[in-house]
Amino acid sequence: MISSKNLVVIGNGMVGHKFLENLVEAGLTGTWNVITFCEEPRHAYDRVYLSSFFNGKSAADLTLLSRPDFYHESGITVHLGDKAVAIDREARTVTSAKGVHIPYDQLVLATGSYPFVPPIKGNDAKGCFVYRTIEDLEAMQAWAKGCKTGVVVGGGLLGLECASALRHMGLEASVVQAASRLMNMQIDDGGGAVLRDKIESLGVKVLLAKDTVEIVKGTEGQVERMRFADRAELQTDMIVFSAGIRPRDELPRSAGLVMGERGGVVIDDQCRTSDPAIYAIGEVALHRNRIYGLVAPGYHMAKVALDAIAGTPAERAMTFTGFDMSTKLKLMGVDVGSFGDAFGATPGSHVVSYTDSQHQVYKKLVLSPDRKALLGGILIGDASAYGALHQFMLNKVALPPAPEDLILPVREGGKPVGMGPEHLPDAATICSCHNVTKGVICAAIADSKLVDVPGIKACTKAGTGCGSCVSLCKDILKSELKKAGITVSNHLCEHFPHSRQELASLVRLHQLRSFDALIARHGSGRGCEICKPTVASIMASTWNEHILERAHAPLQDTNDRFLANIQRDGTYSVVPRVAGGELTPDQLIALGVVAKKYNLYSKITGGQRVDLFGARVEQLPAIWGELIAAGFESGHAYGKALRTVKSCVGSTWCRYGVQDSVGLAIQVENRYKGLRSPHKLKSAVSGCARECAEAQSKDFGIIATENGYNLYVCGNGGMKPQHALLFAADLTPARLLQILDRFLMFYIRTADRLERTASWFNKLEGGLDYLKAVILDDSLGICAALEAEMEHVVATYQDEWKTAISQPDKLKQFRAFVNSDLPDPSIVMVAERGQPRPAFWDEKREHMAALLGS
Amino acid sequence: MPADHPPARENPMNTDGASATSTATALAEGVWTPVCALADIVPDTGVCALIGGRQIAIVRVGQGDTLYAISNYDPFSRAMVLARGIVGDRGGIPKITSPIYKQGFDLRSGQCLDEPSIVIPVYAVRLQAGMVEVLAGG
Repeated sequence: MISSKNLVVIGNGMVGHKFLENLVEAGLTGTWNVITFCEEPRHAYDRVYLSSFFNGKSAADLTLLSRPDFYHESGITVHLGDKAVAIDREARTVTSAKGVHIPYDQLVLATGSYPFVPPIKGNDAKGCFVYRTIEDLEAMQAWAKGCKTGVVVGGGLLGLECASALRHMGLEASVVQAASRLMNMQIDDGGGAVLRDKIESLGVKVLLAKDTVEIVKGTEGQVERMRFADRAELQTDMIVFSAGIRPRDELPRSAGLVMGERGGVVIDDQCRTSDPAIYAIGEVALHRNRIYGLVAPGYHMAKVALDAIAGTPAERAMTFTGFDMSTKLKLMGVDVGSFGDAFGATPGSHVVSYTDSQHQVYKKLVLSPDRKALLGGILIGDASAYGALHQFMLNKVALPPAPEDLILPVREGGKPVGMGPEHLPDAATICSCHNVTKGVICAAIADSKLVDVPGIKACTKAGTGCGSCVSLCKDILKSELKKAGITVSNHLCEHFPHSRQELASLVRLHQLRSFDALIARHGSGRGCEICKPTVASIMASTWNEHILERAHAPLQDTNDRFLANIQRDGTYSVVPRVAGGELTPDQLIALGVVAKKYNLYSKITGGQRVDLFGARVEQLPAIWGELIAAGFESGHAYGKALRTVKSCVGSTWCRYGVQDSVGLAIQVENRYKGLRSPHKLKSAVSGCARECAEAQSKDFGIIATENGYNLYVCGNGGMKPQHALLFAADLTPARLLQILDRFLMFYIRTADRLERTASWFNKLEGGLDYLKAVILDDSLGICAALEAEMEHVVATYQDEWKTAISQPDKLKQFRAFVNSDLPDPSIVMVAERGQPRPAFWDEKREHMAALLGS
Repeated sequence: MPADHPPARENPMNTDGASATSTATALAEGVWTPVCALADIVPDTGVCALIGGRQIAIVRVGQGDTLYAISNYDPFSRAMVLARGIVGDRGGIPKITSPIYKQGFDLRSGQCLDEPSIVIPVYAVRLQAGMVEVLAGG
């Protein structure tokens, strides 16, 4: 159906795109011919994550289009790379730079803003940039190649992000701020001081109260140095301006719409401009004398404008009456939260604050004059309470008698003082990403009988956006279950009234070294296939004795029991360690010789190793004798343990590689080889951002950067793939190993049985922020202990197979029959594609019948 | 579990009398065969004995001389593996767990604890002058 009415949207940024998405979703593409102009050469992309472009994300990764054909499929005409240059309100037409001339019935302005470049002498020097579009970033990247230092003018949110980007490009970065503190719009002096310390400790220089008066050019017109009002000077190779935004309002201005004094096209609560046929949304719009420079209010405006254009009845139509500008974000790994009346502007309000300069934490609450309600607050360095505090403010929850307890740290042995989620009304929005209220979560818990946070995520989507509400969700879950009188048992099995975590700490605390000692003290019965391997794993990662010691052998699960991987016919496969996937020709030959001699089926594994199948249990020691003689050692493919650290070839050979990924992979693999853990551990090292080793699908993955290594954690391939998350950037190998020691031991201590790092992480209260606080900032004070525990495991490593074949009591276990040297006659191989494979049942039915019937 | 995991059948090997009905009583006319020393079996593990072509798992429960003997054949995976399972108990019932798909079997009766229709053969076992002997044959 072709409509006669034209709806024209000028601007295809985040807000313009959201508007069109909403329009498609509302099924309005039949009512309107929809035409949009996009000045940039590509469709809308995610500017919020613009800096991830420097972490190897491509322009395509940042796209906001749910599928490449979104606009085409939806019947929306896009004039890409074509800027709308004139609006004729009389004739109701829009004209573009390329000469497109179309009439409109309704017009939406979503032209956004542009970065403000202060009118400083020399601001046109080569090497001066702004930070707004992908083209800006590409230009910065190209210029930065010849640079050592970079300066960001502007210490707001975007400026700090930009400084982080400069650091990523390997520059010495400085931030020059005209105001007397960083982020002066969101935080106060106390918070600013802590934030400054934090940012400086991350290697970015901060210069405050510096007015730039001139940019001095070099001989070729390039940036050479900056001069400040106080006559100080600063040498630099490049400058990025991030000194605020200005609305791109030249179109509405020349069309004669009512404008704000300092720019922006004036809109009402329906997002309508002074011309009822023209709407404005996002950063170009001025609402009640305010420009909203964040994406969330822009998205809200997009909904409001659509309601107005669609003619939604007034009682259901949304309006824009201002927006809660509370923010919580992570700047260069530093938590920053600011909400409500953060500066205490309300007359008669009280302030309670807490500063810890050593741990670089600042927290402040603004209280109502009667101290019963929370009006706002600031959190720097630790914003874990943001979700709850923000909710208390929004819902005007009555505060406890001593509100300072809400921000004071918990003392050793004390219970966290907080206010339970039962104080929140059902209407409280818990997950603002997906707009899920407490009422919805509670209903889902009751209706679907949920008992864990993953259940809440699956049912309500809460917690699946930024993740900041996960701990709040968990609290709600606990309180709801308590109300319903449900206790969730975390007991490992019928033999232990404890969880795996509890057993692990009991083993450490009481220095218990055997299953029998543990079950005698803390359990009952004889154990089973659940608790025995679990305890075996705890014993191994804590004391690291050989797993086939007499006390441990009976505990081992199927594969560990015979240090090999059992197959469907009861034979085993053998996987020697090939650290980093690096193999000499002689080792390759040795593998072939052994495989041939024992008639083993050979296959390359996904972890860059060779798997030899079809070994009978009594053949294993002989096979290993030959492999060890050829320089191999156990690959622990049979264990819930570190398997392999895969690598790409890296800078040694690859023309794109920036670090020696193979060398690092070998180092990492050799450090953690054989480390027993709640589940198997996989890792990889990529030599550059192209990520050929697929490190982001691993439990811990490492990607080389120009300046070191980025560490990603808690990824997973397999049944439920999950991308690993960036945990720390630009690490030296030594720091990387230190972080890994802590991370792995923390996982080993706290995960449930058979819980991979990804699911462990998904259940972790506080999410990534919490994990970073524990591992990077030592918030629990356990890092020294974790490192010592890892050091013990590393120092007591032994090749399990070498020990096994040199000790008669262990060697004796590898036999088919206790009373005969005959091979197991039930094992039957047939040839396929030139190699053996176990016979299928139909192929050996009669043979088996004879065996069983004899 | 692989897709081609064969369904366990009610009477796994109904080719002769050595199936569900082969209890110790049924073999009472057999002979006691010495198999190994008690010390050859690590406490809380099993070993497999080959007696007249038949594979029998002998399981030592605890540190003492509590012994059980069952068929080594796992009717679920159809592999000869039960002696390699983990020994333990369920609600006080001594059991061994198949190392392949983890079904439990009552060591006293051969009753599968996870699938009531499955019973595997059990054999009489005794300790004679430090030697483990199994009654089989017949």
